[in-house]
Amino acid sequence: MRINCPLCGARDSREFHYRGSAKLIDRPLPEQGRAAMFDYVYIRDNPAGVTRELWHHRNGCRAWLVVARDTTSHKILSVELAADRGRVRS
Amino acid sequence: MRYSAFKVIWNGLGGNRGWKPVWRNPQPRSRYDVIIIGGGGHGLATAYYLAKKYGVTNVAVLERGYLGGGNVGRNTTVVRANYMLDGNSQFYSHSLKLWETLAQELNYNVMLSQRGCLMLAHSDGQMDAMARRGNMIHMQGDDAELWEAATVRRHLPYLDFDNARFPIRGGLMQWRAGTARHDAVAWGFARGADRLGVDLIQNCAVTGFHIRNGRVLGVETTRGTIAADKVGMTVAGRSSEVGQMAGLRLPIESHVLQAFVTEGLKPLIDTVVSFGMGHFYISQSDKGGLVYGGDLDGYNSYAQRGNLPMVEHVAEAGMALMPMLGKARMLRSWGGIMDMTMDGSPIIDKTPIEGLYFNGGWCYGGFKAVPGSGDVFAHLIATGRSHEVAEKYRIDRFQTGDLIDEEGTGATPNLH
Repeated sequence: MRINCPLCGARDSREFHYRGSAKLIDRPLPEQGRAAMFDYVYIRDNPAGVTRELWHHRNGCRAWLVVARDTTSHKILSVELAADRGRVRS
Repeated sequence: MRYSAFKVIWNGLGGNRGWKPVWRNPQPRSRYDVIIIGGGGHGLATAYYLAKKYGVTNVAVLERGYLGGGNVGRNTTVVRANYMLDGNSQFYSHSLKLWETLAQELNYNVMLSQRGCLMLAHSDGQMDAMARRGNMIHMQGDDAELWEAATVRRHLPYLDFDNARFPIRGGLMQWRAGTARHDAVAWGFARGADRLGVDLIQNCAVTGFHIRNGRVLGVETTRGTIAADKVGMTVAGRSSEVGQMAGLRLPIESHVLQAFVTEGLKPLIDTVVSFGMGHFYISQSDKGGLVYGGDLDGYNSYAQRGNLPMVEHVAEAGMALMPMLGKARMLRSWGGIMDMTMDGSPIIDKTPIEGLYFNGGWCYGGFKAVPGSGDVFAHLIATGRSHEVAEKYRIDRFQTGDLIDEEGTGATPNLH
């Protein structure tokens, strides 16, 4: 797999560290309660198909990326900076 | 037909024309007492024990493809019970005991070879951890021997003992561990279940559940609607997908694990060896191929194939442990989908939906668990209560904090 880092261009996936579902960006606030935190830590949609996930360009620019990827074919559909996603939210 | 040495000779003399198909290929009926989704090792074993131990014979096993075509036919065939944590310890111990009499139980040669499994230690700290693990294994009633480096050297002189980075300090040997013929386990359970009246229905994918007032009434399949009082899921690898049809949200990610085999070689490695630092393990099949594997690729996948970086990584780990491997030519590699739970241990439990039972999250450990898993899942479905060796495999343990995290890596499924 090659991941098209918005800052560095297309790079081998070995330069990246995989973190998991992109839902991990949206950590619930304490007032949302235990159920929300349980869901955040342990529950995953785990789709067979397109999923959005976090990759860290560890051996590159060290940016966190949100990658849309098809888990049935490993095809990468889009890559964006996680920081941009965070700014949209806040 | 009951198999025996006499039958082998008799049919051999008759040109082997006397063998019959060992299971029927029935049409699905409109209703069963129990439906098992998934005709792999766990599903077939569950159906067998339901019929054999609990007299529940009005059972269908629904398989999307062909029997034993999933992970039971794609694993590296290692059987062992060298777990440490309460929960895992008693379960795998139970499963290993069932393995030891399985060929007689099924009247089918599962080719269990108790050739031992050696886990290597590469530092003083790891040796201490091995000693502790060995003591825990003794306490669960199984065998373990702590080997110092000289003992390892006597048994496996070809390892790289003086590797600059990971020298071998010793290891923990379990002699009752070993390997089995993976397909034969699926076929043996399938034949046994069929003989007891279980319908094994292939090419029958479940596409939905019929659930009313929180109770399962049956399943929708590509071969029509089938009603049932109870439905058991044994679809590890695809648990999230099938679970979603019933509205279950699970603490599971699907990952790809690759396995490899070399060309056939003369007898070379007479045990199972695992590298304590590189997550690499190897054994030799009866055909002579060296069968080995390593880490998950690391990213979620349903593709049943991995990528080349992990092929390279596993080859490197193998060479670091056993430099002679470089002379062997790798014949094939393949991938299987692992149900990775958030603590690395399986789930065998009721679900919030009455009559729907869940068995999955087997991570790397599914093959060695096949007889144990079938036995305890049949117990759960037949009696409504968890079997005593599986009562820690609760589906709600992630909420209650009763995790069984053998690797101690937390909620990171790709590291278990």
